[in-house]
Amino acid sequence: MADLSSNFLGIRSPNPFWLASAPPTDKAYNVNRAFEAGWGGAVWKTLGEDPPIVNVSGPRYGAIHSNERRVIGFNNIELITDRPLALNLEELRQVKKDWPDRALLASVMLPMNEQAWATCIPMIEDTGIDGFELNFGCPHGMSERGMGAAVGQVPDYIRMATEWAKKFARVPVIVKLTPNVANILPPAIAAAAGGADAVSLINTINSIMRVDYDTLTMYPATDGLGSHGGYCGPAVKPIALHMVAEIARHPETRGLPISGIGGITDWRDAVDFLALGASNLQVCTAAMVYGFRIIDDLTDGLARFLDAKGMTSISELVGRAVPSVTDWKFLNLNYVEKAHIDQELCIKCGRCHIVCEDASHQAITDMVDGKRRFEVIDAECVGCNLCTSVCPVEGCISMRPLREGEDPRTGRPVTAEKLNWTAHPNNPMRKQTD
Amino acid sequence: MTQDKHANRCSPDVRPGRLDAATIEKNFGDIRPPLSPAAALVEADRCYFCHDAPCTNACPTGIDVPAFIQKIRSHNLPGSAHTILRENILGGMCARVCPTEVLCEEACVRNGSEGGPVRIGLLQRYATDPVYEQGLPVFERAPETGKRVAVVGGGPAGLSAAHRLAMLGHAVEMFCRDAKLGGLNEYGIAAYKTVNDFAQREVDFILGIGGIDVRTGMSLGQDVSLAELQQRFDAVLLAVGLGDTNELGVPGEDLDGVQNAVDYIAQLRQAGDKSELPVGRRVVVIGGGMTAIDIAVQNRRLGAERVDIVYRRGPDQMSASGHEQELAKSEGIVLHHWARPVAFRGDNWLREVEFERTRQEADGRLSGTGETWTLDADVVFRAVGQTLSDDDGTSAGSMLRAGGKIRVDARRRTSIPGVWAAGDCVAGHDDLTVTAVQDGKLAAIDIDRWLRANEEDADPWQT
Ligand SMILES: Cc1cc2nc3c(=O)[nH]c(=O)nc-3n(C[C@H](O)[C@H](O)[C@H](O)COP(=O)(O)OP(=O)(O)OC[C@H]3O[C@@H](n4cnc5c(N)ncnc54)[C@H](O)[C@@H]3O)c2cc1C
Ligand SMILES: Cc1cc2nc3c(=O)[nH]c(=O)nc-3n(C[C@H](O)[C@H](O)[C@H](O)COP(=O)(O)O)c2cc1C
Ligand code: SF4
Repeated sequence: MADLSSNFLGIRSPNPFWLASAPPTDKAYNVNRAFEAGWGGAVWKTLGEDPPIVNVSGPRYGAIHSNERRVIGFNNIELITDRPLALNLEELRQVKKDWPDRALLASVMLPMNEQAWATCIPMIEDTGIDGFELNFGCPHGMSERGMGAAVGQVPDYIRMATEWAKKFARVPVIVKLTPNVANILPPAIAAAAGGADAVSLINTINSIMRVDYDTLTMYPATDGLGSHGGYCGPAVKPIALHMVAEIARHPETRGLPISGIGGITDWRDAVDFLALGASNLQVCTAAMVYGFRIIDDLTDGLARFLDAKGMTSISELVGRAVPSVTDWKFLNLNYVEKAHIDQELCIKCGRCHIVCEDASHQAITDMVDGKRRFEVIDAECVGCNLCTSVCPVEGCISMRPLREGEDPRTGRPVTAEKLNWTAHPNNPMRKQTD
Repeated sequence: MTQDKHANRCSPDVRPGRLDAATIEKNFGDIRPPLSPAAALVEADRCYFCHDAPCTNACPTGIDVPAFIQKIRSHNLPGSAHTILRENILGGMCARVCPTEVLCEEACVRNGSEGGPVRIGLLQRYATDPVYEQGLPVFERAPETGKRVAVVGGGPAGLSAAHRLAMLGHAVEMFCRDAKLGGLNEYGIAAYKTVNDFAQREVDFILGIGGIDVRTGMSLGQDVSLAELQQRFDAVLLAVGLGDTNELGVPGEDLDGVQNAVDYIAQLRQAGDKSELPVGRRVVVIGGGMTAIDIAVQNRRLGAERVDIVYRRGPDQMSASGHEQELAKSEGIVLHHWARPVAFRGDNWLREVEFERTRQEADGRLSGTGETWTLDADVVFRAVGQTLSDDDGTSAGSMLRAGGKIRVDARRRTSIPGVWAAGDCVAGHDDLTVTAVQDGKLAAIDIDRWLRANEEDADPWQT
């Protein structure tokens, strides 16, 4: 089977799956269990200066469930490590000694003064760790103290702190970005400018899960009061993928190594991140929700996928989909697709009809010759993909390109010639070609 | 209702073609049809991915059930099949024939939360079917060790051991009395549980690993002796199943029409056209296990008008599971408990069977009450268990037995050094396909260990 071994910034691990800095990497006990289960690496729960922070003793976590009680989204108000620095360092040293073939990194969060970095970075590095991750992402609690996302939202701070870290560290430095920004590029550019060897993203997203329907207070709450927490799990993957792809394709950040994080649960999520430009992967929620044994499906599924694609290593997959990501204005406006319903597969639930009728272009019948039958009316279909999205039968509705003739909706001939918005006649700002 | 008598029946009503071929084909279709991909995904999503999963602990071969279901959920069917087959190389057959209602599915925590388990058997079938359909290789052989092992018997135990041994790099020679491999998978399991020649397709998959030399039509005790095998091979595994059937010891048992259930089933499984099989109009089955249910249901589905099962103890003591008893009832078969045959009557051909009511004494013993009743019957099937055959060569030499079967230790070693035994022929084995597979696997693992250590084990009973 394909070789999953990974070399990220010179840090080697038997597979690209690392545990993200979070409760699963809180202490040696957990990390040892993770390595026994087969995880490639771990980023230790974020270290800070002594005295350690204090966590609430009420609920730290909240979840959104599917009807099957599968966790779709997860939120937390946990802070960084609540254990003394010396204890963490002692355990880091031992774990690295016991597991020389695994990647072991320390996540750190330090205040914005150089002295703190000058003291802590060498002391932590001395444990033998393979690299640092700078936590500029924690969106709750720590940010109120001017750290975490409070740094990550100001590119100048990112750059300054990254420079300090690089000044005192000899091992690679990864900057972990917060998604709680309007545009992910300035923070990534600042990290690169500060000398970061790589960026990792995303950390969690500001969120409130819901209210308690009895007390009408926010939920979860600590003694009647709640505070926004960080959102993660499967629900955040699309947000993370977008940010990863932006960094992978932007001229100023292209080539900056990326560790992809956010909602990775099975091997297909890993394929998404790798193809969109990440060359390393981190997982938190899935390990918290299912335990470390999901690594079996992650590695087995990824290796088989690479085999099926004729690839021998993950590097062949990294970035493969990046060239397909572009700005809206470059999409071909001459290209036409129509939905097509396979009548053999149709179970006649009518969901495509009602959504198209109510929310799109009235392009699906519910009755043909007096019989319940769902057919696409090409003269109305704009090719929006709504019916495909709601159809419960996979493969029943497909989008088919119109290759020739004319589009019955617009009456315009189908052409192989491409036309995007920059040159479209309706665009007052269009570039004049010729 | 059981007392009704038909007078003046002179010729036995046993004939082929009680139902037309098309109806019989329908009756012998897949009793538990496979899941569609959409249904499998919905079902897989029901698995809670339990820790130290009760289903895995309940599976005699220890398949990591949550792990293979997770791989179905992540659309990784080859990985899922691998997870199943690495513990149970006959995972395809087991998905069809395991009494899951008393194994993995009985243990599912969903029984508690919503009264219905995850349908693990069907998911297992869903994950493994592509392996046989597409002929996917799943395992590779380790480099040859130069060691040679004789495996006697081509049933689940023998096949499981042979595959494991071949995979570990040993050269296997398999001796099998029957013309086809598979053992009871090929000759015994109810036809509607394993349709479309599945048993042979699974055998082909297992042999596909290479390194297994097959000698069919070779009987230990007749064509080859144990001593000869011990001499020619580095290790010998006996997996001969149970070759003999128990008799009832009742007057009239030699009348025409009194038959062994397993013989008839073997005939049925090998029949090209089932509508050519002779079927009685009134059929009586004696016994309380899986074989009794199978012969009864299959006779009904071949067109027998009336089928009665008579068992000497109560429903709870039947080794057929509640699910199987329900299946029999749903086919219109009548189950009688607490009665045993005391006479078979007829002139040449069987006409009726007389039963005596039984009860259990305080000490657990069974005794007759003296009260009798009769059932008309054209055919009686004996389904009261099988035993180790005396002429199969396993009684040779000093091999110890227990309860009429071969005695082994936890590693499946017999009392003769260098000879292992596995499956139904072993004492203390509950006669299921899946336990035979596990037995063969354990024997193979120990044989491998023994061969590698080149262990001269003077006392095979030490643990
Ligand atoms: C009618 C019937 C229905 C059943 N249904 C089920 C079911 O639905 N589910 C389930 O889990 N279990 C079922 N069982 C039980 C299951 O089939 C057996 O437990 C299982 O097949 C035992 O495997 P084995 O390899 O030990 O023996 P067998 O399957 O009996 O195989 C024995 C092998 O040894 C060979 N052999 C025998 N003697 C010799 C010799 N002297 N020399 C060389 N080769 C020899 C035979 O040819 C055969 O290949 C059923 C059993 C019967 C009889
Ligand atoms: C309970 C919890 C605690 C976390 N603590 C930290 C932390 O200390 N440092 C950090 O960099 N990220 C922390 N994270 C964020 C995760 O490392 C990760 O970036 C995020 O959860 C997204 O990945 P996921 O969807 O796989 O969970 C935490 C997440 C959770 C759920
Ligand atoms: S017990 Fe049931 S729910 Fe739990 S892992 Fe097994 S199949 Fe899944």
